Amino acid sequence: MDAAQILLVVMWVGITLYALLGGADFGGGVWDLLAGREHTNRKLIEHAIGPVWEANHVWLIFVLVVLWTGFPPVFAAVMSTLYIPLTLAALGIIFRGSAFVFRKASTEWWSRRLFGAAFAISSLLTPFFLGTVAGAIASGRVPPGLAAGDLVASWVNPTSMLGGVLAVGVCAYLAAVYLCDDAVRAGLDPEGFRRRAIGTGVVVGVVALAGIAVLRWDAPALFAGLTHRALPAVVASAVMGLASLGLLWARGYVLVRVTAVLAVTAVMWGWPLAQYPVMLPPAFTYRQAAAGPEVLVVTLIVLGAGALLVLPAIGWLLAVQRRLPYDSG
Amino acid sequence: MSPDAVMSTLALAAGPASPADMLAARMQMGLSLGWHIILACLGVGMPGLLLFVEWRAVRTGDADHMLLARRWAKAIGVLFAVGAVSGTILSFEMGLLWPGLMDVYGQVIGVPFAMEGVAFFIEAIFLGIYLYAWDRLSPRTHLLSGVPIAIAGVSSAFFVVAANAWMNQPRGFDLENGRVTRVDPWAAMFNPATPPQTIHMIVAAFMVTGFATAGVYAVALLRGRRDRYHRLGFLIPFTLGAVLSPIQIVVGDYAAKFLAEYQPTKLAAAEGLFATRSHAPLSLGGIVYDDALHYAVEIPSGLSMLVGFSPATVVQGLDRVPSRDRPPVNPVHLGFDTMVGIGFFLLLLSAWLALNWWRRRDLPRSPWFLRLAAVAGVAAVVAVEAGWIVTEVGRQPWIAYGRMRTVEAVNPAPGLWAGFLIVVLVYVVLTVATVYVLRHMTRTTPVPAVAPQERA
Repeated sequence: MDAAQILLVVMWVGITLYALLGGADFGGGVWDLLAGREHTNRKLIEHAIGPVWEANHVWLIFVLVVLWTGFPPVFAAVMSTLYIPLTLAALGIIFRGSAFVFRKASTEWWSRRLFGAAFAISSLLTPFFLGTVAGAIASGRVPPGLAAGDLVASWVNPTSMLGGVLAVGVCAYLAAVYLCDDAVRAGLDPEGFRRRAIGTGVVVGVVALAGIAVLRWDAPALFAGLTHRALPAVVASAVMGLASLGLLWARGYVLVRVTAVLAVTAVMWGWPLAQYPVMLPPAFTYRQAAAGPEVLVVTLIVLGAGALLVLPAIGWLLAVQRRLPYDSG
Repeated sequence: MSPDAVMSTLALAAGPASPADMLAARMQMGLSLGWHIILACLGVGMPGLLLFVEWRAVRTGDADHMLLARRWAKAIGVLFAVGAVSGTILSFEMGLLWPGLMDVYGQVIGVPFAMEGVAFFIEAIFLGIYLYAWDRLSPRTHLLSGVPIAIAGVSSAFFVVAANAWMNQPRGFDLENGRVTRVDPWAAMFNPATPPQTIHMIVAAFMVTGFATAGVYAVALLRGRRDRYHRLGFLIPFTLGAVLSPIQIVVGDYAAKFLAEYQPTKLAAAEGLFATRSHAPLSLGGIVYDDALHYAVEIPSGLSMLVGFSPATVVQGLDRVPSRDRPPVNPVHLGFDTMVGIGFFLLLLSAWLALNWWRRRDLPRSPWFLRLAAVAGVAAVVAVEAGWIVTEVGRQPWIAYGRMRTVEAVNPAPGLWAGFLIVVLVYVVLTVATVYVLRHMTRTTPVPAVAPQERA
């Protein structure tokens, strides 16, 4: 593997972790939106997200920086053509983060309501817009060059809509799965989140299946990749998805975290596998986009050294979060 | 316009950016940066200040110090979160607004940003531990868990400002047919502008932290809450700012001498100097029109003395570059005067306290001291904003000095002005909400000495 390939893998690990960790925080916000009068659920979500969401959010910045350092023309093309959904996602990120801490710091009911609503709605919209961006790239609607693609049709199209809906669904699904175990450890009844996890799991599965038909019609190249080279990943995702439903049924809340993570990971790695070595379909490859070898090597060294500092610290944070006593008051 | 017409306008193929879009992109970047920099300053300076009071609390068991630590930690919880998201927007905007810069030079300035990413991770992770595990850890471990936040904050400032310094002194690459080759990331990161800019900014961040925090307590003292808690809350941060004020004047002088050698056009704009000359005066205030500075107060040969310690020193004026290569002079000159003026105001205020403390170990008796100290909190922020106007507007028309014009870097997509209007709206709402929440936090009853988790 050359340095560009390694950096590509590192970047995709970052995207995967952002989806698995940051995605679940957005999903928590989606459930907050739908919690209605179930204030216990809302409290549990706040308890689960509070210590970790900022650290989880950094994965997004990590991905942006690796992309612009390692593959600058791809960054420039994606950001300039898709500036509408990305601006909306960025604003969603502002509202989600600040409203979450503002609600925590407020005591009056009206301000808590207002900030809570902003937190929850932006938790729904941000992954949706990021999903449309994924759909735009995957369906070959972002050509290389500055704002060379159609500013609207690039992300308002069947594949992008599928991407947006799937992103929201996956976030909500992961959050519900994680929250089952969180509820058990907090001494609460996990039944509500179990029901939600099964429900979203089924919906996401159905949307993904229907999505295959959409891709065949709207993004044939991606469809061909997913049904040939990336087929093992797609099958693995389906198997893990079914296993997760079974585990939820049997209330295996710890094990279902693993299978749900594997299901999402498999489908996320299916996409690059399907289009490799192309970064911007139909034809712009990672080799054409890669930065100079000096930059790639230095970046890898910096990130490697950084990982030695960051990964143990993340481990400590997650241990702290798991041991935090749940305050029911 | 009908929806279809709107769509077809938006779907227009991208051409060169219109002047309106170019202006919108610059204003949007300025707004987001100017907003974020306030929180970034607190992010750099607050952890050190907080750890200092917590350390004293742990060492002496003093309740007032511990109360300060608890309350500042609570404020940091909010400020860091808002800073994290307002900082994220900037990394989006690097591509949304300036894809031309990133397309060509993204890889050259990528390494300091990658390092900043690592620092940001450390900051966010340890902040989660520090804030949420306060009563789960021993006092010593808790104190230690805050140290990485302080180190990461200062490092982040260094890395980000180093990347900005590169825009002033682009180094570390060759250009072939519009693409960079033979990149030397280290030469890019440690360019000549890096030392003056990073030192100036990091000192500024600690000054903002000191004076802004002290300003909050100055208001409380003025309202008659003159107990030990409020006095400590004023004195500790104010001392930080006061100690740094004279240092910053020296650093600022160093930064200006750097400009004289490396970016003389920016210095000429900052000083409103059009004609290259010896015995160049130091001009305070005034306004520029018809290619000349009017109504300024002039100190004869002042600028020549500052640049080269001699009235005979020749200082380069704006006349050395064609007008298309000059920055807009008024904002840069007035921004510069504002920054320097506030710097000296803070210095005098610090000296006032130092004198009183030396004589009678107490705050000055005059209520004017506290009134001015309350103003100093805001003034320090204004000085940082003015300084960034000097740096950023003073670099125009270049985005990478001498290498790429800002107009070449801007996103050619039409309709950037519409995005700008939405962003303005969002920042207005964000500002109102942030101020509301922070004011609310200063009014609520002090945090109990036990963390909320343990009350249950």
